[in-house]
Amino acid sequence: MSEQNTLAVERWTPTSAASVLLAVAAMALLAFGPRLLGAEQVDRLTILFIYVILAATWNALAGYAGLVSIGQQAFFGLGAYAAVRLAAGGFSVYPGLVVAAALVGLLSLPLSAFMLRLKGGEFAIGMWVVAELMHLLVNLDPLVQGETGTSLIALDAYAADTRRDQTYWMALGSMAAILTVLFVLLRSRTGCAIQAIRDDEEAASAVGVRVLGTKRIVFVIAAFGTALAGALWLATALTFQPKTYFGIQWTAYMIFMVLVGGLGTFEGAILGAVAFFAIESWFGAAGVWYLVGLGASALIFSLALPGGVCGWLERRFDLRLLPVGYRLVHRRAPTSSNRDNRGREIHAVR
Amino acid sequence: MTWLNQIIQGVLLGGYYALIACGLSFMFGVMRIINLAHGSLAILAAFAMFVLADRFGVQPLAGLVAVLPAMAVVGWVLQRGVLERSARGGQLVPVLSTFGLAVVVDNLLFQQFGADTRSLAPYAGSLAYDSWAITDDIYIGRLAALTFATSVLLLGALQLFLTRTALGRQIRATAEDPDTAGLVGVDARRANAIAAAIAMVTVGVAGGFLALRATFDPYAGGPQLIFAFEAAVIGGAGSLWGTLGGGIVLGVAQSLGAQVSPQGFLIAGHAVFLAVLFGRLFRGRFGLRPRAA
Amino acid sequence: MSQLVVENLDVRHGLLQAVRGVSLTVHRGEVVALVGANGAGKTTLLRAIAGAHPPAGGRILLDGTEITALSAHRRVGMGIALVPEGRRLFTRMTVEENLLLARSARRRGPWGLDAVLAAFPNLAQRRQHLAGTLSGGEQQATAIGRALMTNPEILLLDEVSLGLSPLVVDIVYDQLRTLIEGGTTIVLVEQDLSRAMAVADRVACMLEGRIVLEGKSADLGRDAVTEAYFGLSRGNTAQGAAP
Repeated sequence: MSEQNTLAVERWTPTSAASVLLAVAAMALLAFGPRLLGAEQVDRLTILFIYVILAATWNALAGYAGLVSIGQQAFFGLGAYAAVRLAAGGFSVYPGLVVAAALVGLLSLPLSAFMLRLKGGEFAIGMWVVAELMHLLVNLDPLVQGETGTSLIALDAYAADTRRDQTYWMALGSMAAILTVLFVLLRSRTGCAIQAIRDDEEAASAVGVRVLGTKRIVFVIAAFGTALAGALWLATALTFQPKTYFGIQWTAYMIFMVLVGGLGTFEGAILGAVAFFAIESWFGAAGVWYLVGLGASALIFSLALPGGVCGWLERRFDLRLLPVGYRLVHRRAPTSSNRDNRGREIHAVR
Repeated sequence: MTWLNQIIQGVLLGGYYALIACGLSFMFGVMRIINLAHGSLAILAAFAMFVLADRFGVQPLAGLVAVLPAMAVVGWVLQRGVLERSARGGQLVPVLSTFGLAVVVDNLLFQQFGADTRSLAPYAGSLAYDSWAITDDIYIGRLAALTFATSVLLLGALQLFLTRTALGRQIRATAEDPDTAGLVGVDARRANAIAAAIAMVTVGVAGGFLALRATFDPYAGGPQLIFAFEAAVIGGAGSLWGTLGGGIVLGVAQSLGAQVSPQGFLIAGHAVFLAVLFGRLFRGRFGLRPRAA
Repeated sequence: MSQLVVENLDVRHGLLQAVRGVSLTVHRGEVVALVGANGAGKTTLLRAIAGAHPPAGGRILLDGTEITALSAHRRVGMGIALVPEGRRLFTRMTVEENLLLARSARRRGPWGLDAVLAAFPNLAQRRQHLAGTLSGGEQQATAIGRALMTNPEILLLDEVSLGLSPLVVDIVYDQLRTLIEGGTTIVLVEQDLSRAMAVADRVACMLEGRIVLEGKSADLGRDAVTEAYFGLSRGNTAQGAAP
C-alpha cells in the first residue's frame, strides 16, 4: 500500500446511478402500458410485475437476511384469501388488495416471534409447515368450500378493459413501491445489519446488531410483499382455489428466479423474474419437462454458479447496477496527478 | 374405547414417522444438512419396489433387499455430487440444491409413472390386512406392528453403530469437528459419504413401509418430508430415541385429530408441531440439536 | 537424513499472508522449537505441515516424498501427527473414544490404548468421561495421547503448555522427554523461550510469517533470539536467517 493511496467508501458508481435513472424511466414508461399495448400484452406484463415482486421479496429474505423459506406460499395464499374475504364482506376491491396484504403482514409479526428462532434448513421447512397449516385452515372457511374455492365476484362490477388496466397499474405501482422500499432499506444501516446477520449471526450480535428485530423487519416486509403478489394474482385470475395459491410450486418459481438472476444481488432478482417470465412463455407448455428443467436449473445454479448471472457479471466485469452495499476502494490522494484512477478493490460487502 | 384405540393406532403410526424421520435427523446430526429431497427419495424407493413387484413379481420385502443397496449408492452419490459441493457455499446452499433435486425427482417420477396412486399392499398378501384383536374394539395390524418394530430396531441399530463401532466414532467425530477429525486420521469425506449412504438406506426402508401401508404418487414426497421433519423437531432431544418419541407424539396427535374431523388429521399434526416450537420459546431450547451419542 | 523438508512455503488466510516463503529442514530424531510472537505464523506453519491448511505456494516433503497436496488424514497415515492449539478434543465423546479414533490412521507401533493410559496415568480413571468435562491438564494429556495413538514419526506440538499451571506443564514436558529419548522427531511451538531452548536441539524464530533466525539451541544466545522475536534487529536479519 503506497502512501499516496487513500481508502474511500464507495456507494454509487456512474454506472449504477445511470441504472437507477434508467429503472425510474422504465417504470414511468411502463405506466403508459395500457395506452400503448394490446390487451394480452397488458395481461402478460401484469404477471411479470407479480413475478418481480415475488423474486425481490424472496431475495431480500434469502439473499440478504439469509432466511431461506420454502413456505412463502403461506403469505401468497393468505393474501389472496384475505382479498376474497374482504371483497365478500363488501370492501372495495382494489383498496382491498392492499388492505389484505397489510393484514397478512400484521399476522406475520407474531409468527416471526418463533419461526425466526429456527435456523437454516429448519426455518425453511418450518415455513412450509406453516403454509400447509394455513392452507388447511383456509379450506375450513365455508366461503372457500374446501378445495372447490371461490371467485372474486366483486370484480364483475368493472368492465373487462377497465379491470385489466386497473390491475396492471396496481401491479406496476406495487412493484415500484416494493422495489423502492427494499432498495432504500437494504442501503440503510438496517440493510447493513441484515447482511451482517446473514454472514455471521454471532459476530453481528457481538457488535450490537439486534438480530431478531432486524430479521423481523425483512420477514414482515417479505410477508407483505408476497401477500400483495397473491392478492394481485387473484385480481388477474379471478378464481381462488386454495390448492393453486398455497402450492409449493410458488417456492420453486421464487428459488429459480433468484438463483438464476443472482442470490443476494438486487438487480439479480429482477433479472431472474424476467428470465423466468420468458422461459415460462416459451417452455411452459412443455409441462413436466419444464418443471424438471426448473428444478435442474436451481440445482445446477446452486452448485456451479451460486451468485447467479448477476453475481457472475459482477465478478467478471466488476459491474454493479443497483448496489446496496458499501465497498472500499483505493483512491489516489488529491496530490497525485491522476486522481480518478481507481485502484485495486480490497474488500467488497454485498 | 374409540379414543384408546385412536391413541394405540397413533402410537403405531408414530413408528412409521420415526422410520421416515430417522434418516433426516441422522443426516442433520452428522452433516448439519437438512435434505429437502428426503421425502422425494423415499418415494423413489417406493416406486423402485413397486416396479420390482409389478413387473418382476418380487415380493415387497424381498424387493427391499435389492432397493436398499441401490439407495446406499444414491446416498453416496448425493453426498459427493450435491451435498459436499453445496455445503462449501454455506448453510443455505444445500437447502436450495436439495430443493431443486426434489423438484427434479418428483417430476421425473411423474413423467415416468403418471398421476396414478399406487400401493404395494396388493403384492404383500395377508400382511396388508392381518391383525390381532386385543379386545372387541381394538385391533393391532400386523403391518403396523412390523413397522413399529422395524423402526425400534433400526433406531437401536443406528445408536449402537454410532457408539460402538470405529466407523460410528469416525462419523460422530466428523460431525463434531471435521478438521480435527482429519488430523487424527479420519477421512472426513468418506465418513460423510458413508453417513449419507446409511441415511438413504433408512429412507429406502421408510419408503418401502410407506408403500405397503398406504398409497403414494409421484408428488407424495413433500408431505413425507414434512412429517419426517415434524417428528424430528418434536423429538428434538439429543438422541435417536427422541425421534421415536417425536414420531409417536405426531402420530397420536394426527390420530386424535382425525377423530374430531376429517381435516383434523393434518391440522392436529401441524398444530402440535407449532405448539412444541412455541413451547420451546420459553424454555430456550429450539429446533433440532446436534447429536451427542 | 532430513525427514521433513519445507521449501518456500506460502500460506494465506484469505487476503492475509500468514506464512511467507518459509523453508525449514527437520532431521530424524531432532527436536525443533518454533518461537515467535503471537501472529508470527507458527501455528499456521504447523497446520500447513499437518495438512489442515492448504498452502498457496511451496512444497512439503516427507522422507523425500512430496506431500504438499495430500489431505490431513493421509499425512497422519504417513506418520505426521499434530496436537493442535487449544487441544480440539471431541468434547461430546469420551476420553477413550477420543483415543480410539486415532486408530483410523491404521498405523502399527508401540502406542496403543494401554500404552497411552500407562504413560498418562491420570487419564486411566477418566477414560469413560466426556472429554468436555476434563481439566485442562487432562485434556492436554488426552490430546497428546490421541496424537501418539497414531504412532507418529513426526509429532507436531502446538502450544501444549497454553492454559496449564506451571506444575502441569512440568509434567507434560517430563512426558515429552520420554518421547524424545525414544527417538520421535518433534516440532513444537512454545511461548516460553527458556523452556523451548532447554528442550529443543534447534530453534527457529518466526516474525511476520518468515523465519528470521535459526540455529542450534546451544549456539544461539538468549538475547539473539529475544531480539529476533520482537523484530528488534530487522536490519541485519539476513545474516541470522536460514540459508
